[in-house]
Amino acid sequence: MAKHAITLIVNGLQEELLVPSNMTLLHALREELGLTGTKNGCEAGECGACTVLVNGEPMNACLVLAVELDGQQISTVEGLAEGGTLTPLQEKFAELNAVQCGYCTPGILMAATALLNRNPQPQEEEVIEALVGNLCRCTGYQRIIDAVMAASRQGGGR
Amino acid sequence: MRSSEPKLVGQNVSRTDVVEKVTGCAVFVDDVQFGPSLLHGRLVRSPHPHALIKHIDVSKALALPGVRAVVTGQELKARMGLYLIDRPIFADDRVRYYGEPVAGVVATSESIAVKAARLVEVEYEVLPAIFDPVEAAQPEAPKLHPELGDYSVANFIFPVPGTNISEQFKIRKGDVESCWEGCTSVAEGRFRLPPIEHVPLETHTSVALSEKTGQVTLWASSQSPFAMRDMIAQGLDIPHSKLRVIAPLVGGGFGGKAGVTMEACAVVMAQAVQGHPVKLRLTREEEFVGTSVRQSLVSDIKVGCDQDGSLQAMELTYYFGGGAYNDYGVNIARAAGYSCTGPYDVPNVKADSLCVYTNHPVGSAMRGFGMPEIHWGLEQIMDRLAEEVGMDPVEFRQINCVRTDDEIVSGMKMTPIDLEACIDKAAKAIQWGKKEDPTAPNKKRGKGIAIMWKAPAMPPNPGSAAVVRFNEDATVNVEVGGQEIGQGAFTVAAQIAADVLGVPYEDVTVASPLDTKYSPYEWQTVASRLTWSMGNAVKAAAEDARKQILETVADHWDEEVEDLTIQDGLVISFKSEREQPLDKMVIYGLPNEDFEGWKGGPVVGRGHFMPTYVTNLDPETGQGTRAVVHYTVGAQAVDLEVDLETGQLDVLKIASVYDVGKAINPDLIMTQIEGGAVHGMSSAYESLKFDQNGIVLNPSFVDYRIATIADIPQEIHGDYVETPIDDGPWGARGVGEHVMVQTAPAMANALYDAVGIRFSDLPLSADKIYLALEEKLNQED
Repeated sequence: MAKHAITLIVNGLQEELLVPSNMTLLHALREELGLTGTKNGCEAGECGACTVLVNGEPMNACLVLAVELDGQQISTVEGLAEGGTLTPLQEKFAELNAVQCGYCTPGILMAATALLNRNPQPQEEEVIEALVGNLCRCTGYQRIIDAVMAASRQGGGR
Repeated sequence: MRSSEPKLVGQNVSRTDVVEKVTGCAVFVDDVQFGPSLLHGRLVRSPHPHALIKHIDVSKALALPGVRAVVTGQELKARMGLYLIDRPIFADDRVRYYGEPVAGVVATSESIAVKAARLVEVEYEVLPAIFDPVEAAQPEAPKLHPELGDYSVANFIFPVPGTNISEQFKIRKGDVESCWEGCTSVAEGRFRLPPIEHVPLETHTSVALSEKTGQVTLWASSQSPFAMRDMIAQGLDIPHSKLRVIAPLVGGGFGGKAGVTMEACAVVMAQAVQGHPVKLRLTREEEFVGTSVRQSLVSDIKVGCDQDGSLQAMELTYYFGGGAYNDYGVNIARAAGYSCTGPYDVPNVKADSLCVYTNHPVGSAMRGFGMPEIHWGLEQIMDRLAEEVGMDPVEFRQINCVRTDDEIVSGMKMTPIDLEACIDKAAKAIQWGKKEDPTAPNKKRGKGIAIMWKAPAMPPNPGSAAVVRFNEDATVNVEVGGQEIGQGAFTVAAQIAADVLGVPYEDVTVASPLDTKYSPYEWQTVASRLTWSMGNAVKAAAEDARKQILETVADHWDEEVEDLTIQDGLVISFKSEREQPLDKMVIYGLPNEDFEGWKGGPVVGRGHFMPTYVTNLDPETGQGTRAVVHYTVGAQAVDLEVDLETGQLDVLKIASVYDVGKAINPDLIMTQIEGGAVHGMSSAYESLKFDQNGIVLNPSFVDYRIATIADIPQEIHGDYVETPIDDGPWGARGVGEHVMVQTAPAMANALYDAVGIRFSDLPLSADKIYLALEEKLNQED
C-alpha cells in the first residue's frame, strides 16, 4: 500500500510520519508514535475510548485517517499535565475517584477538556451531552460528572 | 508487641493507581511494546452453533504472502477446564457454539491475518442445535458432549453422564411436600434471564511468545494469571515453571477475564512461530460473540408462608444455560444451589440446581456468580407472597430475612451479618411507603425493594500469598498476585500494609504488572474475595515484617518488643522514649555497640491466608457443617417511573446498602455501590440476542446498549453497615459483586408498584413493557 509522508503537530511537537493510506489516527498515534494513552475500545466510533482533540475539537481517532490530518494539531492525554502538573480536570478525576479500571479515562478526559475549553462553566446537562459518546462500565458516571463540574469551578481543563 | 488501633484502615486514602490512569501512563496489554518481531493473530470462528468438522483446508491461507502459520484443533486435541475439563482450545471434531475458535492464523500484520482467516476452508456437517436449558436437560435432547462421563471433574461437581447436565446440585432439607397444605399463601412462577455480556471497555488481548528453550511467556488481560497458567499448563502439558503469565492492569473484568478465554489459542499460535511474539486482540464484535457470557437461567420457584407471613417451604429448580462448555459454569450452578433460597430463613427446602449444556456461548463468571440470576425470580416471588398474605414487602423481608447464627439452607450456621439494618436503611433512604407523583402526566411512578446474599463461590481452599519488602529509604514494596481491575484492590493492599507497618501510605507501592514468575500466589481475582483473603495475606506479611524490625531494634536497645511500636516510619519505645528511623536499618540492620558486629538485615515479610474450615456437602441433601466461608448481604430500593406512551423506564433513585464487615476504604465502597447500581440497572435492559439458528444478532455497542452517562439515575444513595466477621482483616469482607445482584428485581418490583404488571422475563425492554401496558388497557376496557 502506498505510504504518505505527513506531519502531525502532536501535543505541540512536530512529528514526521510515513503512513499507509488506510492507517487511522488511532493506529498512527499508538503504533507509529508510541502514544498508547489513547485507547482502542471498538474501532467503530461507538465507545469514545480513543477520543483525542484535532485542532481543539474532540474526535474519535479510530474514525479518521492519519493522512487526512497532515499539518493539523492533535492533543492526546499525554499532552495534559504539562511539566508534570495535573490539569484541574485530571486532579478532580483523581481526587473524586472518578476512575476505576481507567481504560475509558483518557478519552473522557479529552472530551471533557474540549468541553471546558469551549464552555468553561457548563451546566450538568451540558457535561452529559458532551460525554454521551464515551462509555464507562465501571463508575456509574456520576463521579465523572462531579469531577468535570468541580474542575470547571477551578478554571477548567487547563 | 503492642497492637494499636488502625490508623489508615477506615480512611479514604487516594487510589494507588489514579495518577497513572489520568495521565495515560497506565499500561494495559495492548500498550506493551514488542518491537518489529511482533506477529499478529486472528481466529477463524465457527459460523454454526452445532456442527461436526469434516475437513479443514488451510493451504490457501498459508499461501498468502505474509502468513507465517495456521493452526487448528485437528492436530491438538487438548482439553482444559477449571472444575470440569471439557473445553478444547480449538474445536477438534465438532463446534458447539457460533463463534467458537476453529483455527488460528498468524501473519506479519493484522490486515493480512484478517484476509488469511477468510481463506481457511472448513467443511461442516450441521447438527441440530439446542438453546433452551429446560429442553436441553431432557433425556431425549441431542447430546452436546457424548463423552461427558469421561471428563475429569472436581470432587464437588456431579455431572450426569448420558445427558446434557454437567452439574446437578441438590438440597433436601426438612419435608417440603407435607408443608404446602399448612401454608396460608403460596406463590409459584417461572422466571427467565437471557445470556448477557460483561462488556469491559478493554477487549480481551493477549500476546504469547514461545522460545526455543521451551519457555512460554503470555501477556494477558487477566483477572487470574495463576489460574490461567494452571489451566493452560495442564491443557498443553507445559511445566508451570516454563509458562509465565504477565498480567498488566485490566481494563474492566467483571468476571469475563477470569479463567481462560482465548489466551490458550494465542499460546498454540505462538508455538507455531517460535521466537516471535504473537498478538491476539479481540475486536469489539468478537468480544460480544466469542467471549464468555453470564449464563441464562430458567428458574421454577414455589414458596409458601403461614398466616403471619413466616416462610415455611420452598421448592426450586434452576436450569442454568451453561452454553457450549461448562468448565467454569458448573460451579455457578453449585453456588446457586447452596444459596438457593436467597437471604431467607426457610425451614423446608427442596431444590435442584442444574448446569446444562446448550449451543450458546460459554457461560462463566459474571459479577455475582449465579446470584443476580436466582435473585431475579426469588425477589419478585417474595413480593408476590407478601401481597398474597397482605403484608408490606419491607416488613415481610424484615420478618423472614436471615440472621446471624440461623441454620441456613445448607445446614451451616450463618456468619455475622445485619441484613435487617440494611433493609431498614434502604427503605428509609427511598422514603418507603410515601407515594410520590410522577414527573409528567404520561408517566406512572413506583417503588420496589429487593435483598440479597452472596458467599464467595470458590473451591474450599483457595489461597492468597503476599510479600512485603523494604527499600533502603524505608519505602515499601507490596507484592501480591491479586489483580487491580478497577475495584481498588491495590489501594486496599497498600492501606493495610502501611497501617500494620506504621509507615506513611504514600511510601507503599504495590508491584504491577502481576507476573507468575515473581508475584506471590493468588487463586483468582473473583468472588469479591481480595479485600478479605488477599487482605489477610497482606496483613500477615506486614505483621511478619514489623516483627522482624521490632525484634532487631529491641535487641539493639536491650528492650522488650512489647514496649516498642512503629509510627510514621520511626520505631519508638514507650518505655525509654528512644527513636530509631526505619531508613537504612530495614536493609543494613543495626550495629552492635562499638560496631562489634551487626544485627538484623533486609526485611522481607511473608504472609498467606487460606480458609481451612469449609467442609464437604452431602451430595444427596446438600447439607454440611460449613458450605462457604461467609456471606455478604444487602438491600436495594428503587424509585422509578415508566412512560406509558413508550414503555421506557426511568430509574430516578437507587438506595443501596450492604453489610461490609468493616469498611477499609469507605469511599472505594461507595464507588462500587454507585458503579454496581448502574451496572445492575443496565443489566436489566441487556440481552445477547440470537436468531433461530443461534447466530448473535447484536454484536456491537449500537445494538447491544450499555448504560451511557445520559441513562443514570438522578440519585444513588449508598450506605453500609459494619458487622465484622471472624476471618477477615479487621472483620472486612467483599462487596464488589453484591452491589448489582438485586437491582433488576428491585426495578421489577417498583414497576409492579407503578403499573400493576409483573414481568417474569428479562430484559425489561421498553417494547415489552409497552405491549404489556397495552394488553392491560385492553383487558380493562
